[in-house]
Amino acid sequence: MPVPDMGGEQRAMPVPDMSGEQRAMPSTAGDGARTTGAERSPAARLRGVHIGFGGRGDELPVVRGVDLDLVPGRVTALVGESGSGKSLTALALMGLLPAGARVGAGSVEIDGRDTAGFTDAQWRRLRGTKVAMVFQDPMAALNPSFTVGWQIAETLRRRRGTGRRAAREQTVELMRTVGIPDAEHKYREYPHEFSGGMRQRAVIAMALTLDPAVLLADEPTTALDVTVQAQILRLLAARQADTGMAMLLVSHDLGVVARVAQDVAVMYAGRIVETGALDDVYTSPAHPYTRGLLDAVPDPARPGRLVPIDGQPPAPGHRPAGCAFAPRCPYATETCRTDDPPLVPLAASRPGPATGQHSVACHHSDRVLARATGTEVPS
Amino acid sequence: MSATRTSPPVADADLLRIRGLHAGYTVPGRSGLRRRRVDAVAGVDLTVRAGQTVCVVGESGCGKSTLARSVVGLLEPFAGSVSFAGLDLASAGRRQRRRVAHDLQMVFQDPYTSLNPRMRVADIVAEGWRIHRGRVAPGDHAAEVARLLDLVGLDPSYAGHRLHELSGGQCQRVSIARALALRPRLVVCDEAVSALDVSVRAQILNLLADLQGELGIAYLFISHDLDVVRHIADEVAVMYLGTIVERGTAAQVFGDPQHPYTRALLSAAPSVRDRPDSATEVALTGEVPSPAAPPSGCRFRTRCPLAADVCATEAPGLRARGDGEHPAACHFAGQGAAAAASVEAAEEKQA
Repeated sequence: MPVPDMGGEQRAMPVPDMSGEQRAMPSTAGDGARTTGAERSPAARLRGVHIGFGGRGDELPVVRGVDLDLVPGRVTALVGESGSGKSLTALALMGLLPAGARVGAGSVEIDGRDTAGFTDAQWRRLRGTKVAMVFQDPMAALNPSFTVGWQIAETLRRRRGTGRRAAREQTVELMRTVGIPDAEHKYREYPHEFSGGMRQRAVIAMALTLDPAVLLADEPTTALDVTVQAQILRLLAARQADTGMAMLLVSHDLGVVARVAQDVAVMYAGRIVETGALDDVYTSPAHPYTRGLLDAVPDPARPGRLVPIDGQPPAPGHRPAGCAFAPRCPYATETCRTDDPPLVPLAASRPGPATGQHSVACHHSDRVLARATGTEVPS
Repeated sequence: MSATRTSPPVADADLLRIRGLHAGYTVPGRSGLRRRRVDAVAGVDLTVRAGQTVCVVGESGCGKSTLARSVVGLLEPFAGSVSFAGLDLASAGRRQRRRVAHDLQMVFQDPYTSLNPRMRVADIVAEGWRIHRGRVAPGDHAAEVARLLDLVGLDPSYAGHRLHELSGGQCQRVSIARALALRPRLVVCDEAVSALDVSVRAQILNLLADLQGELGIAYLFISHDLDVVRHIADEVAVMYLGTIVERGTAAQVFGDPQHPYTRALLSAAPSVRDRPDSATEVALTGEVPSPAAPPSGCRFRTRCPLAADVCATEAPGLRARGDGEHPAACHFAGQGAAAAASVEAAEEKQA
């Protein structure tokens, strides 16, 4: 059983190898007619989701009790270091967990339906229309043996029963909307003839083909250069704004998140430790881990030594009792070593949109907040 | 990092001198007989002084890794010179090269591909002492390895481990310990912290700064991460498609960027603090052209918002403007879009 490396830092692959699964965007099965619910209700909802390896998904717990609402029209970012469980959380929403991993407890609801016990065929009907995904490595998401245009058009032909010519026209149009120049010509080219940025645009076009209610983007720009990254982030934000879909952006890069997301959820050792509107979380982090992440980024206003977070995140299966961050936390007390703090709304937080409530899982958030305002460097 | 350093002896002033460097690879020519040269680095001048941190920034394909490999002798340059501590590396013989090799070390981006997974940590760190004999007595290897591991923040008990037992950040520390084992005067870091999570990255950057303070090491630091570069650089060189388009102190380049590419890079870089303001954002279209077929004239003109006719015919040299050493290779260096527009208007009038 391939156990993914959850030990330390970012490695080349963010998720365990999923071989053929990864290139499967939507494929067979008829089109599920899209029923748009009330605008406010989440397009996807996670409640107490546990994901693990072995047994019934409980031998090596990687994700431990995640609640998440993906609301139409909003971009939610899931941030955390490698091994925090953020990619597995996204894959659970696609029904694409790697071999050996499973949702052990909790519910993954998409479009109001609990996906527990879904068959492959049921998942395939959801993928593409309800949820679609953009992966980090576009080359792994495209089939090298078929032209890019054909691969996008295939979705329309199989899922919508669109005719050959109409599918081609719609595909060319779709390729234009994601900023592929000379789309007529590019339609006939193979993935290796595309540059990295163009490939990622093609993969985004593919994910958007069936107008999904939720777009999952797992490190969509990590493999790209900064100027191209900026282009792709602008494209994702623009498509999201145009279609009003819900979007989950999975990233380890706090700067990328700041560009696109409205809401942010910070994951540590398989749990969401802080969540709220981006501005609230970035300007007044209430969890020592969030604060540590933000402090570890070099700041021109504070030259000199950086402030790293001491130590390493615990490996799954070796997580301490109580709060998983306690061994690295400057605020930790005895309580932290015995009681795992629940994610609760901050007392002072103003009620916001569904996912905008600033919540934190820390016994000492008041001290973190007090210190944050006390030591703020005037800029 | 530079603030408190005392000035080095005059003889050491230019530790690394790169002049007119052309380097890259060859591809089959059109006839299939003669191979054609592709200059990934096309005429670069760069100087690193003792104890200084010089950063090279740019996107993939700009030639920054080719530059690094030429400096440490992993790649034979096509033309130009690389001299280290007064020795021209291209014309030097093997023996002469070996004499300076221990002073010139490199840390690669990916510790998993640059370290031998079959070797134990202690052997990786001590390997240089077996090649450059007489620096550390074999009997002292264990103690010296322990000291180095401690220096890079690794528990000395890891000495007997192999890499698969370590995390990525720990492997990168081994890589740094190996580079430091021979007490080098210059360490070339090619994206050495790019693959690390932020908290580990901060630990490594602090370590590099401490070592510079203690041992007076100079760094040629190659990175695409502008937050990091701004934090550690004494001097910054911005590369685009094989050439340096702007050079200056960190304050000059970040505070007052002259070249349109530098401005675009700065505005494209995602930052936690400066939220992008769509009004001031300099959006680049397209991607870096292939170094096998660079554009005529200015290499940046195909993506440049300021490009005019002159840019297609004349390659701008890296020239300083006004006072101070802050050269930029642009016909319109330091000018905004408005200035370029007025130039265009003037040209149209003439025509």
